[in-house]
Amino acid sequence: MKTFVYIDHFKGEVQLASWEALGVAKSFGSASAVIFGSGLDALVKTAFEFGADEVLVADDPSLVDYRVEAFASTISALASSRTPDLILFPTTARTRELAAMSAMDLNTGVLVDLTDLLLNGDKLVATRPIYEGKLNETVVCSGKPVIATLRARAFPRPAQDKSKSGTATKVEAKTDSPATVEGYEVAEAAVSVADAGIIVSGGRGMSNNPSLTPPASMDEKQAEAWRAQQGFKLIDELATVLGGAVGASRAAVDGGYIPYAHQVGQTGKVVAPDLYIACGISGAIQHIVGIRSAKLVIAINKDAEAPIFKVARYGVVGDLFQIVPALTAAFKKKLGK
Amino acid sequence: MKIIACIKQVPDSEAKVKAEGGQVSWGESPLVINPFDEYAVEGALQLKEANSGTVTALCIGPESAKEALKHALAVGADEAVLVSDAALNALDTQGAARVLAAAINKIGSADIVTFGRQTLDDGSGLTAAQTARVLGWPMLGLVGHMQVEDGGASSPKGIKVHRVIEEGRQIVSAKLPAVLSIVQSIGEPRYPSFMGIRKASKANIPIWSLSDLGIPAPTAFVTRTELITPPSREIVCEIIQGDSPERIAETLADKILAEKVL
Repeated sequence: MKTFVYIDHFKGEVQLASWEALGVAKSFGSASAVIFGSGLDALVKTAFEFGADEVLVADDPSLVDYRVEAFASTISALASSRTPDLILFPTTARTRELAAMSAMDLNTGVLVDLTDLLLNGDKLVATRPIYEGKLNETVVCSGKPVIATLRARAFPRPAQDKSKSGTATKVEAKTDSPATVEGYEVAEAAVSVADAGIIVSGGRGMSNNPSLTPPASMDEKQAEAWRAQQGFKLIDELATVLGGAVGASRAAVDGGYIPYAHQVGQTGKVVAPDLYIACGISGAIQHIVGIRSAKLVIAINKDAEAPIFKVARYGVVGDLFQIVPALTAAFKKKLGK
Repeated sequence: MKIIACIKQVPDSEAKVKAEGGQVSWGESPLVINPFDEYAVEGALQLKEANSGTVTALCIGPESAKEALKHALAVGADEAVLVSDAALNALDTQGAARVLAAAINKIGSADIVTFGRQTLDDGSGLTAAQTARVLGWPMLGLVGHMQVEDGGASSPKGIKVHRVIEEGRQIVSAKLPAVLSIVQSIGEPRYPSFMGIRKASKANIPIWSLSDLGIPAPTAFVTRTELITPPSREIVCEIIQGDSPERIAETLADKILAEKVL
């Protein structure tokens, strides 16, 4: 089987699930990494290190910014001329759009956000969670090529062999786009909770630290957000010691405590970390559906009746403003940091 | 300005969804407007308020899906259209996109079509981009802020949006007509007013069949072969206790380390 693997990146920062998709492609046969952008030499090298048999590159200054129409047309043209059996994407906000549009161009279907993909003879059978993970369905695609997006952390990441390298194959960029990118307002640091192995999250409880006195000039709403932002510094310190990412509940995002990119749950990100530490999060169903695939959930909350304790393996009923810094200190000591 | 908000009806988030005889069952749980699509309606209403015009809510579904359209009417949409046809039972997203594009063309002269980010049921998040591709209009995904811009006397109007992406915000502009998917950052969806609910209950919602749209039933490329209720994980929470935060943290850290997840 001949597979294209789209390597999703933002200005050279790769969504790590791209490499997981490359590993799946290799297990089915030949794997061609497909990379768009400009100045891609380092990325090309990494794609070879993760096992790509060839790397197809559309290197064009007009592809520096992601614009869905141009990127989708480039994929579609490439697939039309080189006829892969399968095109794999890591599931990200960008690739849902790209896969969607390319499927229309190529007159085929998309199997989205898969947690399993098997090759049965020459037939691909996919498994995907639906209804917020309450059900799984197996699906097949009758079109060709089959287009599929793979959920982050659902497939093993192949080993990286730094000794490997190769020469990229240049392909044509389709640069027509009806939209113009005017610029960016970039968050302080790129957040990728979907890819994270460890997540420490904060909720509404982050604003409840009574020992803090906000500046007098603030109104009540500003003071609440200010208190919570001090609280999130504790979350960030624990995440840093553990080498993890910072997440948040919807209540924390709606309260203006932290940007939307951190939000875990129904209207945020579905995550699948090995360790999820929920601090001051009550555990509304909309949050729980986002952490269903987490391996180990820890809950720290002052309310013993909070539903988050129903999905947690270990819990602490107590003041997170005391427990979280103590936990950071304990891990610092035990991990020798 | 004419705005069309595309919505879907889904089982409520609290519903106990199960697989029964190869079909999805949600028991007696209510069907609601897809929560993500409430932002599509909210965004459409904000566009209408800022630029004057009308909002039409559009839905594919069985006749019972009129209730989701009535929600859109109750919060301020001016009209609603339901596309319903027995031949649409096995739609995949690309089929849904073809049907929606045909309905959008039949409604006619739309400037902006809004979608939610994805649905709670199938959750694929493909339909907005696929509909844009069928229409040949720009796709502006994950919009958290938007502003219509005058194109001048000779040029069509444009729109400038902030796309809420993982890396921050990307600012993009395009000419109208365009397709937008709208996310939470746009603001909290408004609640139906008493007057709105009364108006919605009396509204006449036309039902269009495939022959009304003048298109054949689309072929589905994606088909379900099996439906599985995942085994529920029985978790018993062990509450860590101790006589000081430090002691509790010490014990908890040891428990986490013993799970070998770090």
